[in-house]
Amino acid sequence: MSATGWALVGLLGGGAAAARFLIDAAFAQRIDHPFPFGILAINLTGTLALGLVAGAALSGEALVIVAGGGLGSFTTFSTWMLDSHRLNEAGHAHLVWLNVALSLLAGFAAIALGHWLADG
Amino acid sequence: MRAVRPRFDIRQLAAIYTGGVLGALARVGLAEAAPHGPGEWPWATFSVNLAGALLLGYFFARLRDHPEDSLAHPFLTTGVCGTLTTFATLQLELFEMVETGHLALAGAYVGATLLAGYACVRIGIALERRPRPEAAG
Repeated sequence: MSATGWALVGLLGGGAAAARFLIDAAFAQRIDHPFPFGILAINLTGTLALGLVAGAALSGEALVIVAGGGLGSFTTFSTWMLDSHRLNEAGHAHLVWLNVALSLLAGFAAIALGHWLADG
Repeated sequence: MRAVRPRFDIRQLAAIYTGGVLGALARVGLAEAAPHGPGEWPWATFSVNLAGALLLGYFFARLRDHPEDSLAHPFLTTGVCGTLTTFATLQLELFEMVETGHLALAGAYVGATLLAGYACVRIGIALERRPRPEAAG
C-alpha cells in the first residue's frame, strides 16, 4: 500500500475513534439504562456499511482504507466484551446474553443485508 | 456501563483521535502482513481482537484503581483498544466463510473469538489486580 494509503488509514482511524466516542456519549446521555445501546448501534451501522462497501465494486487499496481504516476502526470488539463483563458484574446476567446474541445475530444480518443491497 | 462524567474537553477528544490513529495502523498493518483466504483462520483479526480485549480489561481496572490518569485513559481505552479491535471485520470474515461453505470454520472462529475475548477481558482485569510486593509496605 502507498504512503498516502497508510496516512488515510491513520486519519480515518482517528476520526472513527472520535466519532465512536461522541456517539456513545450521546446515547449514554439520553438513555439511562445499563444495556450498551450506543456500542450496539455503532457496531451494527458500521457492519451494515462494511457490507455495502465490500459488496460494491470497491477493491484494492480503496477497500483497505475505507473498510480497515474507517469501518473496522469505528466498530469495536473489545468494548463489546468489556461491556458484557460489566453487565455480568452488575448482576444483569440476562443482559449479557442479550448483548452477545443480539450483536452477533443482528451483526451477521447487517453484513448480509449490506452485501445483498450492494450486489443487487 | 458509562463514563461517570458526561462532559469532555477537546484534549480528551485529541487523545482518543491519537489512540485511534495508532490502533488503526496496527490492525490494518497486521492484516496486510498476514492476509488469509476464505477457507483459512483469520489470524490477524483474531490476534488484534484478543490483544485489544486483554489490554482494555487491564486499562479499565487500572482506571478504577487510579482514577487520576484522566488523559491517558481515553487515549488507551476508547482510542487504542477500541480501534485496535473490530466488530465489522469479524462479521465480514464470518459472512465470507459461510458464503463459501466453510461452516465449521465459521462456527469455530466465532466461538473461539467470543470465549477467548471474554476471557481476555477478565484476565486483563485480574493482571491489574494481582498483588504487588512493592505496594504492600
